[in-house]
Amino acid sequence: MTHHPVQRPGALAAVGLSAALMLSACGGGGEDGGNGDAGGEDLSITFLPKNLGNPYFDTSNAGGEEAVDEFGGTFSEVGPQEATPDGQVQYINTAAQQGEDALVVSANDPSAICDALNEAREVGVAVVTFDSDTNPECRDVFVNQASAEGIAQTQVELVAEQIGGSGQIAILSAAANATNQNHWIELMEAELEANYPEIELVDIVYGDDDDQRSFDQTAALLQTHSDLDAIVSPTTVGIAAAARYISDSAYAGEVALTGLGTPNQMREYVEDGTVEAFALWNPEDLGYLAAWAAHAVATGQIEGEEGDTFEAGRLGEYTVGAEGEIILDDPFVFDAENIDDFDF
Amino acid sequence: MSSTAQQTPLQAAASAAPRSHHRPWWFRTFVTAEFLIIALLALVWMWATVSVDNFDGPLTVRYLILDIAPLMMIALPMTLVIITGQIDLSVASIMGLSSVVMGILHVQLGMPVPAAAALALLVGLTCGAVNGFLVAYVRLPSLAVTIGTMALFRGIAVGLLGTTALTDFDPDWTSLAQSSLGETRIPAISLVLVAMIAVFAVLMHATPFGRGLYDIGHNEQAARFSGVNVARCQLTTFLLTGVVSAAAGIFYALRYGNSRGDNAMGLELEVIAAVLLGGVLIFGGRGALHGVIAGVLLIGVISSALRLEGVTVNLISIIIGVLLIASVIAPSVAAGIRNRRRRPPPPTTDAAEGDPMKGTPQ
Repeated sequence: MTHHPVQRPGALAAVGLSAALMLSACGGGGEDGGNGDAGGEDLSITFLPKNLGNPYFDTSNAGGEEAVDEFGGTFSEVGPQEATPDGQVQYINTAAQQGEDALVVSANDPSAICDALNEAREVGVAVVTFDSDTNPECRDVFVNQASAEGIAQTQVELVAEQIGGSGQIAILSAAANATNQNHWIELMEAELEANYPEIELVDIVYGDDDDQRSFDQTAALLQTHSDLDAIVSPTTVGIAAAARYISDSAYAGEVALTGLGTPNQMREYVEDGTVEAFALWNPEDLGYLAAWAAHAVATGQIEGEEGDTFEAGRLGEYTVGAEGEIILDDPFVFDAENIDDFDF
Repeated sequence: MSSTAQQTPLQAAASAAPRSHHRPWWFRTFVTAEFLIIALLALVWMWATVSVDNFDGPLTVRYLILDIAPLMMIALPMTLVIITGQIDLSVASIMGLSSVVMGILHVQLGMPVPAAAALALLVGLTCGAVNGFLVAYVRLPSLAVTIGTMALFRGIAVGLLGTTALTDFDPDWTSLAQSSLGETRIPAISLVLVAMIAVFAVLMHATPFGRGLYDIGHNEQAARFSGVNVARCQLTTFLLTGVVSAAAGIFYALRYGNSRGDNAMGLELEVIAAVLLGGVLIFGGRGALHGVIAGVLLIGVISSALRLEGVTVNLISIIIGVLLIASVIAPSVAAGIRNRRRRPPPPTTDAAEGDPMKGTPQ
């Protein structure tokens, strides 16, 4: 009797071999990973946004890549499909394994990714957060899009300009207990009192960052206060809902609207004249500054202490503030002139 | 999956695969599906060490073990389920549910971690009991039952928390979950994994219960006649997948410090891929634990190496999918070749009829 001892295993081996071939085909030569000790030229910098495929982060990553090109490094962009902290952890781990010189991350959670970030820092990866911070002990510096004072002041300036420096205004906010918005509103009230005595803040209403509720609250505001000259909405959901109401109502052109919004949401209302100008930060500059901050930390130029200064290309010199915070600038004002330059 | 056909190639594979005692001992020991997968693992590991930058770095093994820990845990009881010719698709949903239960009890209600974990395990055991009861006593096909409970358990998990994530876990416990053994970079969870592997190896390969599972997988009728309590064995395997999935969910929640309804979404496919890659036959009756361990490690190494290469998640899924299909068809291709050459064709007994998950004559 003759045996054919290698047949079945032969087939399995063929499958195995083809799998291995496929894998090596996927491999290819990766670029040299950094060695973690930074200092030299050609820094490797990884951007890890909250998730991929998000126009806001596409814009900020483009800014980051521009900066990396300027100082001569390797830019890469990774991220989870969904904006979850556990999705980010694997990429943080991978950056640590690769010995990247710096990781620039927008955190999906202030504490859940902390351990992974600190492990990366232990092996020499500089960690810069931008857009959304972690707890201060888990990163070197945080690049903040705008200060609360800047946000409040810019909105007051915008509304004062649009109503000619005097009249009645109301605020359409997010939830009644929203920390950010309440802080901004306090600062806006102080600014109005100090510098704009002719402007009266008659009401503050809350749309809970819900589109329909914000829409209804806008209608109620306009009915209650017949002499209202302007609405300020320091939340992107609120300003879009208010714009939709005003543009279809008799108040279009009568009542001014401004606040914080995104260009894609507000484009049609700027084009039809409902909204003259509104504010937000420029995500491209945010990514650009974050990459320069990563460069400064990775090369040992700054350590994230208060008072450290560094150069950030076309944006000029920046100083690190309390708790390692770097503030981009006053908010960026979008109007009919520039809105078409932005897609997020 | 074949239904009641008499001799499909897959069934031929099932009947022809094991125990050809006319071959030399070394052949029977080393040229098996298990040793081939171990060889493939070694091959891929060598490829990654040579051509993937930083794969040989000090952190790789640490993150590899942390990443595959849930996979390894669940693959053990899943092997038992598949050996009896059944399947459990609800494991990742049970993981998600148990991590949500952990979050609600510990983070929202302030219960200590051990108590919350105990209740999460109880939830997992209950989920397993639901699956096991419907499969073993109501005699429903496990594919249908667990695809239903996969949606059901996930729905409860997402329903309990909505889109919120609970992240304020006790830092002592989250650091314990990823702590290392002494001064090494080997995660402490390795000890748990080794202990679990030992328990399951004994259970599978050295107890009457384990032998009963293989008998059920070969031929349920024959097993019943030879005194195996089929229903109780099946219920036990589903209880084990339930409780171990819950344990994996607890580890997942603590490792990522994160409790969300969609935790571990899709992990069931990786578990089943690992088990089948490890040489366990989808129709039941055949499989060994060392192959499954190699299958889990293979998936972990591939994912880790490709992530280091900057390859996207989608491509990793494609490769795992291809390997899964390859591992299902490989035995039948091999048997087809052998049957064509062998004279006369091997005698076959009647295929077991009536159970769509099984077609393993012996």
